[in-house]
Amino acid sequence: MSALLSLSNVTKRFGGLLAVNSMTFDLQEGEVVGLLGPNGSGKTTLINLISGALPPTAGSVHVAGKEIAGLRADQIARSGIARTFQLVRILPSMTVLENVQVPAAFGAKSHWGGEIDRIARTCLEQVGIAHLARAMPGDLTYIDQKRLELARALAAEPKVLLLDEWLAGLNPTELQDGIALIRKLQSTGITILLVEHIMEAVRALCPRCVVMNAGALIADGTTEEVLADPNVIAAYLGDSHA
Amino acid sequence: MVQKLLKPLLIMGGGAGLAAAPVVLSEYALGFMVSVMSYVTLATAWAMFSGPTRYISLATVAFYGTGAYTVAVLSETLPYPLVLLTALAIGVVLAAFVGMATLRLAGIYFVVFSFGLAELVRQLITWFEVNVTGTLGRYIFLPFETQHIYWQLLALAGFTIGLGAWIRRTRLGLAPKVIGDDEVVAAHSGIALARTKVMLFVVSAALMTLAGAIQSPRWVYIEPGIVFNPTVSFLTVIMALLGGAGRLWGPTLGVIPLMVLFEWLSANFPDHFSILLGALFILIVFLLPNGVLSALEGWMKSAKGQSNGKTIEEAQT
Ligand SMILES: Nc1ncnc2c1ncn2[C@@H]1O[C@H](COP(=O)(O)OP(=O)(O)OP(=O)(O)O)[C@@H](O)[C@H]1O
Ligand SMILES: [Mg+2]
Repeated sequence: MSALLSLSNVTKRFGGLLAVNSMTFDLQEGEVVGLLGPNGSGKTTLINLISGALPPTAGSVHVAGKEIAGLRADQIARSGIARTFQLVRILPSMTVLENVQVPAAFGAKSHWGGEIDRIARTCLEQVGIAHLARAMPGDLTYIDQKRLELARALAAEPKVLLLDEWLAGLNPTELQDGIALIRKLQSTGITILLVEHIMEAVRALCPRCVVMNAGALIADGTTEEVLADPNVIAAYLGDSHA
Repeated sequence: MVQKLLKPLLIMGGGAGLAAAPVVLSEYALGFMVSVMSYVTLATAWAMFSGPTRYISLATVAFYGTGAYTVAVLSETLPYPLVLLTALAIGVVLAAFVGMATLRLAGIYFVVFSFGLAELVRQLITWFEVNVTGTLGRYIFLPFETQHIYWQLLALAGFTIGLGAWIRRTRLGLAPKVIGDDEVVAAHSGIALARTKVMLFVVSAALMTLAGAIQSPRWVYIEPGIVFNPTVSFLTVIMALLGGAGRLWGPTLGVIPLMVLFEWLSANFPDHFSILLGALFILIVFLLPNGVLSALEGWMKSAKGQSNGKTIEEAQT
């Protein structure tokens, strides 16, 4: 079985710092995989490499068999990769609905006219903010802005969704809503790689996890195995002692 | 139904009225209208690129002047329509080149570079004329009267506004709005940043080049210092910003009051014109960053909000 997303020896160097060190792993279609690791271990950088925000120093990334490493972010987006950002990014001068229409118009399928409206509304409904379609995103609460970002990623109709700490900063009730929302997405068959620090969410959502430390892969397996792995425990403890 | 018919009727009526203007206007008034149409074109074309992307370009006169100069050089060798086409082609090539080289620059660097570009083109042409052709000034003898130039510019202004309206309904209109808001989100949504910016820059510059080409016979005598006057670039920016660069009709609305003001200023304070122009530039950028239309809308909204607030308070007391 060939993987939907396949990373091999993906590396990123910032001057003397090896932020991502020869990462190799695969995502099968329909998998939801957690990307774990202490602060500064290179998770966001890896997301940036896959999505094309940064070019990798070395290595290759394949989506459905097609090489995307080194392509521009817009080309990678049209190859079927969508993402959210660790720090929420909204388009402040456009309404919530218009925000979500953008990837529908410029994504892989290049919809236009009534179609982008329909897709955007469906995605807003999916994340539960259809009633805010005409609001300005700056007026939304934090969780609704996060929902907006997720809806915008979904509107690209991606093959792979990259979520960078999408659940961070939510209060306990919102967290439960957030987890339920991602679980609902999961059931649509979409493939997700999600960076997450909240173990409760990881346990609830990800059957499998990959763990990074200091840029390198230190574990890849079922969530249970990985969280019991002495290397992983040491990495997290080392981090909290520092 | 009536609403739907009203707008095209108004536009058609306005266009017909403007086309008939030379019949009633004096030579002086018609000259003024030529400038109005030229600036409507320049400001609307400027806003096509700079409005949504928020890249403030001071390169307007580089293209405008190039258009004018092309006519000066070729008007005696080629038939007029071909001269215009050549000017258009030169403007497109120059803009594509400049666009690809500079649109990576952000913020103030782009402003400074765009200003420098106009100077560069002027110096290059001066150098070429002095050292290669040996003639600094050129005469343009085309059999055009003021009304002929006016009609051409009216058509160009109408075309520019029509093109602007059309682009707004396409992806090429949506993309720069997203880019203006957040380039990172734009790229990750599938928008090709460089291609979008260069395309809009080229369309906008092509229209500016044509405006300069069509207006050039008005000067009769041309030299680089005259057609590459940086004031044109500044006026264009001020007009577009005053009316509102984010709206289709915004720049047009900015042109008329400012043309009247400049006419008055240059007649009454010819020595202080540049200083007053600079002051006005700063005032508009700081007080009305989104233009008068947006400001008016904002005031109307807040006035409504206040009156609503009052009625609630009154109801409570
Ligand atoms: N553009 C950059 N230039 C230089 N260094 C960078 C850049 N981006 C990230 N780094 C460095 O790379 C390392 C990994 O950072 P990254 O943001 O990927 O970590 P992370 O795992 O996402 O951490 P967190 O859990 O805090 O979000 C850090 O040391 C960071 O300072
Ligand atoms: Mg991170």
